[in-house]
Amino acid sequence: MTDDRDGGFAPAAPDPTDAAAPVTDGPGSRPVGLGARGWARWAWRNLTSMRTALLLLLLVAVAAVPGSIFPQRGIDPVAVSNYLRDNPTLGPWLARLGFFSVYSSVWFSAIYLLLVVSVIGCVVPRTRLHLRALRSAPPAAPSRLRRLPAYTRVETDADPDDVLAAARAALRRSRYRVRADPAGTPADPAGTPADTGAAAANTASPRDRSVAGETGYLRETGNLLFHAGILVVIVALAWGYLVGWKADRIVPVGQSFTNTVSGYDTFAPGPWVDADDLVPFTVHLDRLDVRFEESDQGAQFGAARDFRADTTVTPYPGAAPEQRDLRVNGPLTFGDASVYLLGNGYAPRLTVRDAAGAVLYEQATPFLPQDGVYTSAGAVKVPGARPEQLGFTGVLLPTAAQGPNGPESVFPDLRDPVLILNPYVGELFAGGAESVYTLDTSGLTALTGADGKAARLELRPGQTVALPGGRGTVTLEGIDRWAGVSTRYDPAKPLALTSALVALLGLVASLLIRRRRLFVRVGEPGPDGRRVVEVAGLARGEDATLQGAVDALAARLPGVGAADGPERAGDGSPDRSPEGSGPPRA
Amino acid sequence: MDPQGLASLSNTVLYTAMGVLAFAMIAFALHTAKVTSARSAPPQDRTRELVGAGASARAGEATHGVEAGDAGDATGTTGATAGSSAVGGPQPGPGSPGARVGAWAMSLSWLATMLLLVSMVLRGLSVRRAPVSNMFEFAVAGSFVVLALYLALAQRRPLKWLGVFVVTPVLLVLGIAIRSWYTAASELVPSLQDAWLVIHVPVAILATAIFTLGFIVLLLQLAQARREQAIARGQRGRPRFLAGLPDSTSLDRTAYSLNILGFPLWTFTLIAGAIWGQKAWGTYWSWDPKEVWTFVIWTIYAAYLHARATSGWSLRTANIIAVVGYLAIIVNFTIVNYFFPGMHSYSGVSAP
Repeated sequence: MTDDRDGGFAPAAPDPTDAAAPVTDGPGSRPVGLGARGWARWAWRNLTSMRTALLLLLLVAVAAVPGSIFPQRGIDPVAVSNYLRDNPTLGPWLARLGFFSVYSSVWFSAIYLLLVVSVIGCVVPRTRLHLRALRSAPPAAPSRLRRLPAYTRVETDADPDDVLAAARAALRRSRYRVRADPAGTPADPAGTPADTGAAAANTASPRDRSVAGETGYLRETGNLLFHAGILVVIVALAWGYLVGWKADRIVPVGQSFTNTVSGYDTFAPGPWVDADDLVPFTVHLDRLDVRFEESDQGAQFGAARDFRADTTVTPYPGAAPEQRDLRVNGPLTFGDASVYLLGNGYAPRLTVRDAAGAVLYEQATPFLPQDGVYTSAGAVKVPGARPEQLGFTGVLLPTAAQGPNGPESVFPDLRDPVLILNPYVGELFAGGAESVYTLDTSGLTALTGADGKAARLELRPGQTVALPGGRGTVTLEGIDRWAGVSTRYDPAKPLALTSALVALLGLVASLLIRRRRLFVRVGEPGPDGRRVVEVAGLARGEDATLQGAVDALAARLPGVGAADGPERAGDGSPDRSPEGSGPPRA
Repeated sequence: MDPQGLASLSNTVLYTAMGVLAFAMIAFALHTAKVTSARSAPPQDRTRELVGAGASARAGEATHGVEAGDAGDATGTTGATAGSSAVGGPQPGPGSPGARVGAWAMSLSWLATMLLLVSMVLRGLSVRRAPVSNMFEFAVAGSFVVLALYLALAQRRPLKWLGVFVVTPVLLVLGIAIRSWYTAASELVPSLQDAWLVIHVPVAILATAIFTLGFIVLLLQLAQARREQAIARGQRGRPRFLAGLPDSTSLDRTAYSLNILGFPLWTFTLIAGAIWGQKAWGTYWSWDPKEVWTFVIWTIYAAYLHARATSGWSLRTANIIAVVGYLAIIVNFTIVNYFFPGMHSYSGVSAP
């Protein structure tokens, strides 16, 4: 799971600091023997291989797409029911296969859980290796520096120990970790440390005067932090799901709600939520200001422009009430719980009286907006009416105008509101429990007017109309606004944010920091007493400025003059892979 | 001036920018044609040409990060990388083919980019906010950033060969934007009225612009690699215009550099969007279609980076993954805006 193409400092032999090696060698090899352990080992190596992780990553991408195409139960359950109604053949099959709840489906979960395991299986051994690399010195200079991707040679008349000391100092100044051994350590053929066994074949002079330095350890640190950060984000998501909850409530202006399960219209807890632990804060909605687009006559006409609420909150029972602003993008916070302003609408204040004038029903009844011009639908239920119960379905038109199919709303604000009520009599709640916004008419019959047709009552604020058959009157006292609020509790939010930011930092480090090794070797004196100094560099992944770093280091050495013009890497080493393009790919 | 006047002036400037850009496109196309015909003359002709050009002729592939039209900055950058050396070419110089028309193309592109900036500023003044909040404004801002990025990069290295492939799609997008996505200047819905609008959206635009350039270079890289293979097999390399472009190794490196720059920015877009979503909707992740696709794009580009690090996956496969990633960006910007209703439905364009 590294972003480097090679994962190591190739073109050399496998390197123990090559983090990807232990996880990339898995898939090709067959299980040794037939034992269960062998198979388990084989399966584990395959699962944690980069190739598998990559396939799982692509699978996650593909598997996430259906959730954006089909309606999702968790987001819009009504759309799911509509889809099922419109597609009677395909719909049930999609439902069975989990296409309406993709992100909690078995197959989606299986893919991402396998990916998580795969990433853990890759990151843990790499972390171990990286910690070891952080503690150990960089490997000694390989014997043939000329074969490295970046190379230059210069001549010096300075003392060889001075040259080496200057090289060490220059490397340290550039924040390289410098191999601490004194001059004279046997060189090693290909940049691999002596303990890999390559040292046995080494034929270099025992009086090797060389310096080795390595920098950019943060690249791998960043890479590991990135992967660890992503894993913690997933943990935070899971934790938030388990102990978090969300609850919605429609609050007419002038009313309040309390943070208890019964204080909400809907309460959706995670599996580990104890509803008794809710802090019963109270929010009173003093005022709600809504403004809509009036100047633009195009598609934006009537779009919401601003809505905000003034509230009086009591953070916990017995606390002093305080005034707070509730806005879109500006929630009220109570510890880890926050109250968001998500919607608004109208609640007609209705009074229903019987024939004798006694009040049967008197309250603000929230209607739900159905479209951009706030054509709002609702129901009024008067169970106390005698001899039969009364019910109304209603449509509120905030700004009514005569359209081709009767009155319709043309603007979402209350410019000329009209409430249309269809009265019913009979038995309410015949079909059992029902939403407060709809009327189940199965036990009811529509009241008819004098013309024999179903009665239709039209009311403007302040008007009173009589119900057919002397059943009393309905008065529209006024129209209030309501605010749709949603309370969310997610204690894992800070963890998710922190780990996401850590992952981002790690990602930037792993992509921008260059991991490279520089080597300096002082040769034996020539006939003129001058010594050849070779400087070479090796990088992990692509590194366009490696040669520049090598040249810069060479230029900082004492007593240096060019030897026949600097000789660059690439001259006469045909077996080398092209500069910067990494090792040959398998 | 009143807001509507500013908005209509902004549109006039936008149309002017498109006109200038059309000339830049023609100039870039002429430039590429001239460089190509100079580079890819048939072998028998080339021999004559090399002889005729005398000392200025240079054997071997001369296309590594260098192109004929760039006079001053061409020297010293001929790569040490030896790609397929099937074709030779003349050493670029001040009088080399396409130099003058190439310079014109650059100047016109600069002018068009400035005009786009002016158009955006006027639009911003008209609506008194950052002009990045609907499909039209996003497309104009994205086009501006793509051009500006291209011109900034071309300041430091010879990139005239890329010009026609950048300017043409930008012109196309601007045309679609003003014809089909145009949204009258207006205020924002409440959920967009927040400081995160100027963090989340511009970074998304920048990341998209970088991925756009990366995508263009990757398409050229895939075609160039195919052409090089054909030449290696002794066939004629097609299409011919690729002869005037850098080799596939160099193109791949450019595309990779762009994509590793775009990826962290896309990651930031995702995180910033989550923070804003938390603030506006009460949840930092709600599997909204736009969120899903942003995540899908992130995953595909992550797969691209990993594919390059995995033995057994060819460079070509990795680059195709990145191409698919960019196609997902296009889907996210067009199909998702039109057909998948969600909380990100701010396009200002009503679904057909």
